[in-house]
Amino acid sequence: MLATPEGLYSSAEATLEDLGLSAVAAWKARTGGKAVGHFPVYAPAELLHAYGVLPVSLFGGWGKVEIDHADSRLQSFVCSITRSTLELGLTGRLGGLDGMVFSNICDVARNLSGIWARNFPSMMMEYLHLPQNIESPSAREHMIHELERLSASLSRLTGRALDEARLGESIALYNRGRAALERLAALRLAEPWRLPALEWYLLLRLGAVLPKEEHLDALAAAERLAAASDRRPRDGIRLALVGAFCEQPPLELLRVVDEAGCFVLEDDLALGQRWYASPVREDGDPLTRLAEAYLTASRPSSVRHHGRQPRQQQLLERVRALHLDGVLFATAKFCEPALYDYVLYKEVLEAADIPYLHLEYEEKMSTFEQARTTVETFVESIMFE
Amino acid sequence: MEKTEDRAKEMQKGMLANYYDALTQAEERRTPVAYLFIPGNVVEVTSALGFLPVYPEINALQCGIKKVAGDLILAAEDIGYSSDVCGYVKNDIGLMLKDRRHPLARIPKPDLLVCNYSGCNTFIKWFEALAQFYGAEVYLLDIPYVRGGGVSPSDVDYVVAQLRELAEVCARIRGVPFEEAALERIVAQSRAAEDLWAQTLDLATRRPTPFDAYFEAVFYMAPINILRGTPECVEYYRALLGEMQRRAEAGLGPVPEERFRVVFEGPPPWPHFRAFWELFKKWGVAAVSSTYSKVGGLYDQGIRHDPARPWESIAEYAINCYTNWNWGMRSDLIRKYVEHFEADALVIHSVKSCRSFSVGQADLREEFIHERGIPTLMVESDLADPRYFQEAQLRNRIDAFFESLEHKRMVTA
Repeated sequence: MLATPEGLYSSAEATLEDLGLSAVAAWKARTGGKAVGHFPVYAPAELLHAYGVLPVSLFGGWGKVEIDHADSRLQSFVCSITRSTLELGLTGRLGGLDGMVFSNICDVARNLSGIWARNFPSMMMEYLHLPQNIESPSAREHMIHELERLSASLSRLTGRALDEARLGESIALYNRGRAALERLAALRLAEPWRLPALEWYLLLRLGAVLPKEEHLDALAAAERLAAASDRRPRDGIRLALVGAFCEQPPLELLRVVDEAGCFVLEDDLALGQRWYASPVREDGDPLTRLAEAYLTASRPSSVRHHGRQPRQQQLLERVRALHLDGVLFATAKFCEPALYDYVLYKEVLEAADIPYLHLEYEEKMSTFEQARTTVETFVESIMFE
Repeated sequence: MEKTEDRAKEMQKGMLANYYDALTQAEERRTPVAYLFIPGNVVEVTSALGFLPVYPEINALQCGIKKVAGDLILAAEDIGYSSDVCGYVKNDIGLMLKDRRHPLARIPKPDLLVCNYSGCNTFIKWFEALAQFYGAEVYLLDIPYVRGGGVSPSDVDYVVAQLRELAEVCARIRGVPFEEAALERIVAQSRAAEDLWAQTLDLATRRPTPFDAYFEAVFYMAPINILRGTPECVEYYRALLGEMQRRAEAGLGPVPEERFRVVFEGPPPWPHFRAFWELFKKWGVAAVSSTYSKVGGLYDQGIRHDPARPWESIAEYAINCYTNWNWGMRSDLIRKYVEHFEADALVIHSVKSCRSFSVGQADLREEFIHERGIPTLMVESDLADPRYFQEAQLRNRIDAFFESLEHKRMVTA
C-alpha cells in the first residue's frame, strides 16, 4: 500500500471516506483500547495516547452525509462540519467512540459540546477552556488544570492512572510525527512539484485517524516517494492557503488549486496535525510541558488570540519570508473565526500590495467549475502582472 | 388592566442622555475611554481609575432601534465582512467607518479595549478588529466557560489574577496608582442596584405580572448594564422597584388581559422591536421571565458583587454570565423560570448574529417539548440585521402556536 504513490494516496482517500470509522473499530478490536474523538482544531493527542486511547480527529461528513436528524437540533446558519458531525452521531456512525473532547475554538463548537452531552449521555465528554490570554502568567496554571481535568476523565474511562513516563514517550512520538511533516514541508518549499497540495493534505488527514505509529510509516513512505518522484520541475504561483483550519475544503477544491498551477507552500489545513511550530520539550514534567507548549509554541490560527503579535502581521511576515506571490483564503461557509479574520488579513495584504483571493466552500458543494475559473483568473493576474 | 405609570422610563431617558453627552464630550474633555462588552464586564475595575465605559453592543442595539443599523451593516460588508457574521460587529465597524456618528452621540475612540471574553468568541474578533483599526491596546480577560463540573476555585483565581493585571494596565495608562478603596466603593454601588433589580424581577410571579419581563425588562435593564456602579443607577432601581410594586398592588399589567404567561429565550429583534412585541400582545401574552434580561448579570440567581471581597466577586460575576453557562445549566435555569413564574410556554427567538446564544436552542426546543412537556415555540430572525425579519412568516408561526395553546386550554377546561 505504501510502496507507490497511487497506493499511498488512494488508500488515504479511502480512509477519509470511512465515515463510520471502521478503521477505528478494527483498531479497537485488535488492541482492546478505547477511542476518543475530538472536534477540530486542537486536542492534546499526546495525553490521550499516553492512556492507550486512540485520538480520532473528526472532520464532519465530507459531503457524503445527508443532514436529516441534525436539522431538528441546529439552525441553518451553522457550518457544515457541525451539522454533519452531529448527524453522524445521531445516526450511530460514531458509536465506536468512547468519548469526545471539545474546546473553545468558536461559539458553535463550544455550544455543540452541550448538545453532545444531552444527546449522548453515555459518552465521556470533556470541554477544554483553552487559554486566550496567553501573555498572562496565570494562563500556564490554568492550562495545566485543564489538562489535569481531561487526564482525570481519561483515567476514569480507561481505569488507569496517568503514567508520566508514558506521557513523555507519547510526546516524543508526536514530536517525531511533526518533525516528519516539517521535513515534507521543507521539501515542498524547495521543490514543490514533488508533492502537490492534494497529496500533502492527504498525508495530514491520515494523521487524523491513524495511530501515530502508523502515520509515521506513511509519512516516511511519502518522503521516499517524493524524493524519488520523476515529476518534472515546473514553475508555479507560490501561495499561502489560509482559513481552512477547522472544516476542511473538498478534495476537488485542492485539486483545482494544484491544476491551476499553484504551489501551496504555507497553509493551515488540518492544523491540529502541526499545531506546534517547535517540538514540545521532552524534559521535565510532561503535562506541564504540554501546557507550556500550547502557550508558547502554538502556530498562529484564527481560534486563538495572539496578544502583541497579531495573526495578520505574522501572516505578512511569513508571506515575505517564503517569497510568496499571494494568498488564497479558503473559508468554510458560516465559519465565523475565518470570516472575521479574512477582513483583517486582507487589510494588511492590501497595504502591502500582496494579491489575494477569497473562496468559500461547504460540504454540499458539488460543482467546482466556477472555483476553477476564479483560481485560474487569479493565477493569470499574478503571472502577467 | 393595563399599567399607567411610566416614571422609571422617563428617568431612564434622562440618565442615558447624560451618558451619551459624556461620550460626545469625552475626546474634548480628554476623558479616558475603555470599551467593554456587556456580559460579564468588569467596569468596576476600569471605573475605579476613571475610565468612561463605552459598550459597542449598546451602541449597536440603539442603532437597531433608531433604524440606522441596515446602512451601517452594509458599510462593513463593503470592506469585506461576510453576510454570515454578527450584525452587532458590523454595525460597530460601520459606525467607525462613518466617523463614529451614532444617532445619540459621537462615540469616542478607545484608549483601552477590555475584551471580557465571557460567553462569546466573537468578542475577541470584534476587539481584535478595533485594535487594528484604531491602533488601541487590548487586554483580553480570559474568562473560563462554566464546564460540566461547575465553577472551580482555580477558575476564580485565574480571573482574579488577570483582573489585577488589568488594574495595572489601567493605572499605567492613567499614570496614577490603583486604589482599592475606590474599587470597593463602586462595587458597593453595583451591589445595591443588583439587589433592587433582582427584587423587581421577582415581582413577575404576581398575576398579572406588573411588567413584561422581556419586552419591558430589556429596557429596564439598560441602567444596570450601562451605569452599574454609580449612585444614579441605585436611585433608578429604587424608583423602578417602587413603581412596579405599586403596579402589582393595583393589579396593573403590560397587556389589558393576561391570557398567556411565557418565558422568553434569546435577544429581541431590535430593528423591529415594536412590531415583534405586537405579534404577542394581540394574544394577551405577557413575558414573566426572560434570559436576555439577564445577559448583564444573573442577579436573580444570587450572583452579586460584594464590597467585602471585590476581586473575587467580580470574577464570579464575570464567569457566571448567562451565555458563559453550559447548555445543561441554561436549560435547567429556563425550566426553573417556567416553574417559578408559572409560565404556560417557552418562546425562543433565535438570532443568526449570535451563535453563542442561538446554537443549542433547537436542541433545547426538542428537550422542552419531548422530555419536559413544556409547549415551546421557536422563531428566527436577527437582533441587529433588519433584513432577517420576515413579519408575515413570524405572525403565522406565533398565531398558530397560541391558537393551539388556546385550543388545548378550552379542551381541558
